Order: sequence, then structure tokens, then C-alpha cells
Amino acid sequence: MNPFRDSKPLQLNAQGQLRHFLTTEGLSRELLTDIINTADSFVDMGAQSVKKVPLLRGKTVVNLFFENSTRTRSTFELAAKRLSADVLNLDIATSATTKGETLRDTLWNLEAMQSDMFVVRHPNSGAAHFIAEHVTPNVAIINAGDGRHAHPTQAMLDMLTIHRHKGDFSTLKVAIVGDILHSRVARSQIHALNILGADEVRIIGPQTLLPTDIESLGVKVYNDLDQGLKDVDVVIMLRLQLERMQSAFLPSQGEFYKLYGLTRERLKLAKPDAIVMHPGPINRGVEIESEVADCAQSLILKQVGYGIATRMAVMSMAISGQQTGTLTD
Amino acid sequence: MTLSTQRNIDGIDVEQLLQTMTAELQQQLTERGIDKPMLIGIRTGGVWLAERVNQLLGLDAPIGVLDISFYRDDFTRVGLNPKVQPSALPEATEGRDIVLIDDVLMSGRTIRAALNEIFDYGRPASVLLMTLLELQANELPIRADIVGQRLSLRPDQQIKLSGPEPLALTLLQRESLSRDSQQSA
Repeated sequence: MNPFRDSKPLQLNAQGQLRHFLTTEGLSRELLTDIINTADSFVDMGAQSVKKVPLLRGKTVVNLFFENSTRTRSTFELAAKRLSADVLNLDIATSATTKGETLRDTLWNLEAMQSDMFVVRHPNSGAAHFIAEHVTPNVAIINAGDGRHAHPTQAMLDMLTIHRHKGDFSTLKVAIVGDILHSRVARSQIHALNILGADEVRIIGPQTLLPTDIESLGVKVYNDLDQGLKDVDVVIMLRLQLERMQSAFLPSQGEFYKLYGLTRERLKLAKPDAIVMHPGPINRGVEIESEVADCAQSLILKQVGYGIATRMAVMSMAISGQQTGTLTD
Repeated sequence: MTLSTQRNIDGIDVEQLLQTMTAELQQQLTERGIDKPMLIGIRTGGVWLAERVNQLLGLDAPIGVLDISFYRDDFTRVGLNPKVQPSALPEATEGRDIVLIDDVLMSGRTIRAALNEIFDYGRPASVLLMTLLELQANELPIRADIVGQRLSLRPDQQIKLSGPEPLALTLLQRESLSRDSQQSA
């Protein structure tokens, strides 16, 4: 039973346009392509001496972070500012008991400030979905990561990266390597890659770090990195989420690197022009060799800039979807 | 330049109009002492026209392309154009003499948006506006410096430029108007 099965209608308006962005799951190829194309236009805006467009002028965006994040929060903040929106950053300390009514109360207070968008990061799966269900109409919700469930803007910035550097998805073999079990990024990437028609999506990691139902998502599972990397076009490394690993999933960090660390030698198994991606922050020498992170095939720093463009696209599309949606409601 | 106002577009030869307009542009550039103008076309029709004017002027530099979707003033009413494409200016606009080219000047809102976008790339020395048609439906104090033809349309009529090869004008009646063409001009 999937508790998020209703995300699809919830995040679209009557015309099928985005009005919240909660998950990549269940969205159409056309919509994901629209996100990529719009983001692509925002990347090129970097050529302007004034790196700002007036699209969201007069709108208020609240970054509502119940969980720490530097990169995601700052790129969302920059994205909103480059769209000319006013931004409020709220870091809300939370515990496992801060849910339900208290979350709703927080929400009502923020709505009273006439916000137009909440960017939500929360340690619990389904938090952004919950907020989207309870928020007043005309307020857009962007999921900036909820528990192990989804991180759709990260997945879409990765799709933009692949699109810009590799082109057509239908010919590509993509490998996602590492701690899939704890990774909301991996889940969102798998959905997006399948919707966009990637030729093959491979999941590579130790059995203890793979979710039991992973094959049902339409991926090929490898426990051996060398086998999994063979002839791939794209290698996406995931961060070993040390802070999420209280119980013994792994013998040791050193052991993990020996088996699943991406080294220069191993990268040679992939296609010669394969690209290397990582959502960051990277742990050098834990999941990726330092030289690989800095090599010409690595797009890790480019991804940061693409992240701003992708977030600008999703934010303007969701505000747009809220507005055009209300005309026919 | 005095032009007759006419109601129909039959007999409008786009290529011929462009040649006349380019001659007038050349004259204005000479009067102003501008020998290296930067041509910028507004997507989509304006880009086709700018390409042709660039050819007629014999300029080597590529034209600039503007997509003003991110600068529209009706975003809150009609939302984001899903077909937005990147703007591409080959060089910085700072200190340049710009010739801004569009197919139809109607309300003036597209030009307002385009000027804002150009200024975000740098402060130009000057901007001349060149449009194939002027529909005399201004909502803003914006007039073209060089106009191919002034037209007066009925409220249920709209005009569309097709191209790039050949460039031709079509008159659309209200019932055949698509959402796309309502957003143009």
C-alpha cells in the first residue's frame, strides 16, 4: 500500500500543470521534459549581468526546513531571489513528536503571513504531501526532501545534467551507486529516469543498503560494482549517509570504499565518455576517490549551478500552475 | 515615414517591405554615426526578420535572440509559457547600439519586456525599434522607429507571420485564433 499514491492528482491542477512539486513518481514524460527545458533556459540566464528575472516579483517564498541542509536551502534561496521573490528562511528544530497538530499550527501561522510558496524539508516521509493537503488554496508546496521518500528537485537537476551533457535518455545506461536504502534522492531519480525512458537504470550497492522491493521500480540490481559499471554512460554516486546509520548496515567505512568506492580504475569500466555525478556533499575517500571527484568526467560542481536553474523552473511553474489553475476551479 | 493605413493584408510582400525597411534603417544608422549595430530579434517572428535584415545589411556578426517569457507582465494571469527557450545574445549589450526587431507592434508590452531583458544584459548606448507591422493598438508609450506597414484590424482579427522561408503574413479570424497567437505581440 503506497501512502503517497494520491500525490499525482494533488500536485497537478485541472489542466495537468504542476501546482505543487512533491514527487517525480507518476508524472508524465511531457511534464518532466517541460521542467528540464524551462530549467535549461534559466541556466543560460547566467550570461546576463543582472542575473535576475521579474517573474515572481511580489511573491513570498518561505523556506521551511525541519532538517539541516546548507546546499539545498541556499540554492532554493538563490533560486527564489533570482526570480525576484521575497524569501523567508525558517529553520525549525524538530523531534519525532513534532508532527500532526503542531505542524498544522506552524502552517496556519505562515499562511497568515500571506506566503505564496513553502519549500519544505522534513525528516519524515510524507511531510510535504501532508502540508500540500492542508495548506490553503493558492499556496504552492515544493518538496525539498522528506525522510526516505523523495527529493524531486535533486532528481530533476540530475536529469537536467544528463540532458545537457548526454542528450537523449533512450540510449543511456545509468548506474546509481551506494546507499540506496536511505536515499530519497535515488528513489526520485529512478522514477524520473524511467519516466524519461532511460535505456537501463542500474542500482549498485551491498544487499544491506538496498530496499527489499527495489526491483519493482524497474531497475537492474547489482551487488558487484565492477559488473554494474560495465558500459554505463552515467554514474551517479550517492553519499554514504553516516548520520542515518545507527544500526550495523556495514562492517566499516573502509570496507565500503574497498567494495563500492568509485576509483579511477573502476571508472574505466564505464564508457570512456561516461559522466560522474553526486548530489553532494561528497565524502572523499568514502564513496568516491578524490581524483575522480575532480576529474574532467565529474560534473559535481556543475550540478550545483543546475540546481539553482532547476529550482527556478519548478518554483515558477508551480506558482504559474496555482494561478492558471484557479481560473477554471 | 508616412504610410497608408490599410485593412487587408493582400498584396503585402514581406520581402519587399523588408528591403525598404532595411534601406531606411541604413539611413538612420548613418545619420546617427552607427557602423556596428547589434541586431536582436524577438522570438519567433522577430528572429526570422532579424536574420534577413542582417543579411541585407551585410553584417558579419550573428544576431541576438530574445525570448521574453520570463519578463512578461501577464505571468500572474496566463502563467509561464511552457515552450520557453533560452535567450542568446552573442555579445554583451553594454555600450552597444541595438536594433530591436519584432514582427508586430500591438500593445507595446512585448517591447517593454524586451527592453527590460536587454538592460539586464548591460546598458546599451541606444536602441532602435523596427517592426514589420504596427497595429495602432498601443497601450504603452512605445512607437517603432522603422515600420514596414501600419494596419488597422477589427477586434476579431489577428495577424500572424509565418516563416522563415518564405516569410508570409496570414490574417486570422477570431474563431481560428489559437491560445498561442493570442499571447503574441
